[in-house]
Amino acid sequence: MRLGSRGVGLAMTGIGLAILPLLLPNAFWYDLATRAAINAVVVIGLNLLIGYAGQISLGHAGFVGIGAYASAVLTSRLGWPPIAAMAAGALATAFLALLVARPILRLRGHALAMATLGLGIILSMIFTNESQWTGGPDGIVVRPFSLLGLAIAGERQWYWLCAALLLVTLWAAGNLVDSPFGRAMRALHTAEPAAKAVGVDPAAVKASIFVLSAVGASLMGSLTAHYVGFVTPQVASFLTSVELLTMVVVGGMASLAGSVVGAAVLTVLPQLLTRFEGAETAAFGLVLVATMIAMPRGLVPTLRERLGR
Amino acid sequence: MLAEFLQFLFSGLTVGATYALAALGFTIVYNASNVINFAQGEFLMLGGMLAVFLLEIGLPSWVALPAAILLVAAIGVAVERLAIRPARDAEVVTLVIITLGVSLVLRGAIQMWRGTATHALPPFSGDTPIMVAGAALAPQSLWVIGVAAAAVALLWWFFERTRWGKAMVATASNRLAARLVGVRIEVVLMLSFALSAALGALGGIIVAPITLTSFDVGIMLGLKGFVAAVLGGLGSGVGAVAGGLLLGVLEAMAAGYVSSSYKDAVPFVVILLLFMFLPRGMFGAHAPERV
Repeated sequence: MRLGSRGVGLAMTGIGLAILPLLLPNAFWYDLATRAAINAVVVIGLNLLIGYAGQISLGHAGFVGIGAYASAVLTSRLGWPPIAAMAAGALATAFLALLVARPILRLRGHALAMATLGLGIILSMIFTNESQWTGGPDGIVVRPFSLLGLAIAGERQWYWLCAALLLVTLWAAGNLVDSPFGRAMRALHTAEPAAKAVGVDPAAVKASIFVLSAVGASLMGSLTAHYVGFVTPQVASFLTSVELLTMVVVGGMASLAGSVVGAAVLTVLPQLLTRFEGAETAAFGLVLVATMIAMPRGLVPTLRERLGR
Repeated sequence: MLAEFLQFLFSGLTVGATYALAALGFTIVYNASNVINFAQGEFLMLGGMLAVFLLEIGLPSWVALPAAILLVAAIGVAVERLAIRPARDAEVVTLVIITLGVSLVLRGAIQMWRGTATHALPPFSGDTPIMVAGAALAPQSLWVIGVAAAAVALLWWFFERTRWGKAMVATASNRLAARLVGVRIEVVLMLSFALSAALGALGGIIVAPITLTSFDVGIMLGLKGFVAAVLGGLGSGVGAVAGGLLLGVLEAMAAGYVSSSYKDAVPFVVILLLFMFLPRGMFGAHAPERV
């Protein structure tokens, strides 16, 4: 039943992503859809950590930043091929995440929020300050992406690449959640001592999922750097971390569909709010507060319940 | 040598006193409601910005500054009533998002109203530095440290000696038991937001002549206040003050002796190191966890 409903969801998302281009009127909307897809992949990883494993992170943009800057610096300054730079960023992220995972994940609740927030802020300060490498606050130009000599260019190609990645991520995340590892992860969220009693190693499970979601963020950071062609410290800022967290919670914790919806809604919303010139920030905040009060569990779980599914 | 050290120490204690007030704000709200109010930093920003505005329209400072504090306290109450209370039963992460949303609303509103310019508040009593053992001490630093110390003393008196203060302490230690002996939790919650907003505004006002103020100063001030509160073992008032002062001094020393470009990273490095070696904070109680 569960697998069945996942299969249906996956197929529906696939069809949706395939017909979406027919509805996209111009390059601007292609761009938004691509960004939403990239965000969705990061948010799915973050949701595995937050929604399923019950560990909060307020510093995930830091990992996005490592990927983005690894790609930017290694390809533009040292002439590495994009895929190698991307892999190097992912490796560095995995190493750092593993290094901090154990001490940080031993903490709970607000302490964990504090520690991940601190890590993210330190990373973003490094990106801002080490300007001989990163270009500092002015940013750095990134070479276009190419894979095996094939360059990815134009909004259409980028859309299809990111849509395909999103679909693969959804499929993989669904399988992960339903696997024995996924059950151990969810058990930690609901009842850690009980999970321990049946032989789940909390530290190992939490560390694995933390590293996995960090590496996912790093890979998408690399891709974003090539896609946009430019990286600034903004990509790793606290506000970006908050944005990612917001996508998880607004979409719905422990809901893969929710992650996609959350990423899409919160990528498009600021664009719609630009018509309230100067009031975007306040308007975004208002929408956020109102949504969370009306639907504390997030859009997808709440709507699903109301529609009786 | 000594003069240099004293100089860094003074400036550290000055910012540290501001962090301490912000940290107390976090602590009070956390104790009353278990909510980490990420909008706390915006209360500091609001205090500074409203004080600047009230002085601009010609109010004397003995009216403008207290009025700014009262206004921010009222905003604090409104935040609790409109945003926190309706979501009282939500999960912690949801509440975190709500307070982050509130901070966006407050920051965005001030940005709309006052723009992105930096504003200065005049020092309370001139800017002729006082020389102490070769170090120049700005009179405003004395104001910051003095006012913060007075606020802490007043707060201590409130929690130890008054009926409402005791009700808040009781709620923090056991909400159900407090309710059973007749404490009205709703009032305690409202009071805690009013108090932490007022403390934040006070901190924002006294430091504004030194660090200047603009619509976005609340982000860093708030985060550092949060670090200070956690450093002191979240929930402890003494810890919050000590944490704030310690952070301020460490930051000033690092900026003076090591590198000023990483000054803002110091609190976060400190807290990460602390977590690795002292996971319960400097003053945190070693409470067993309930299963």
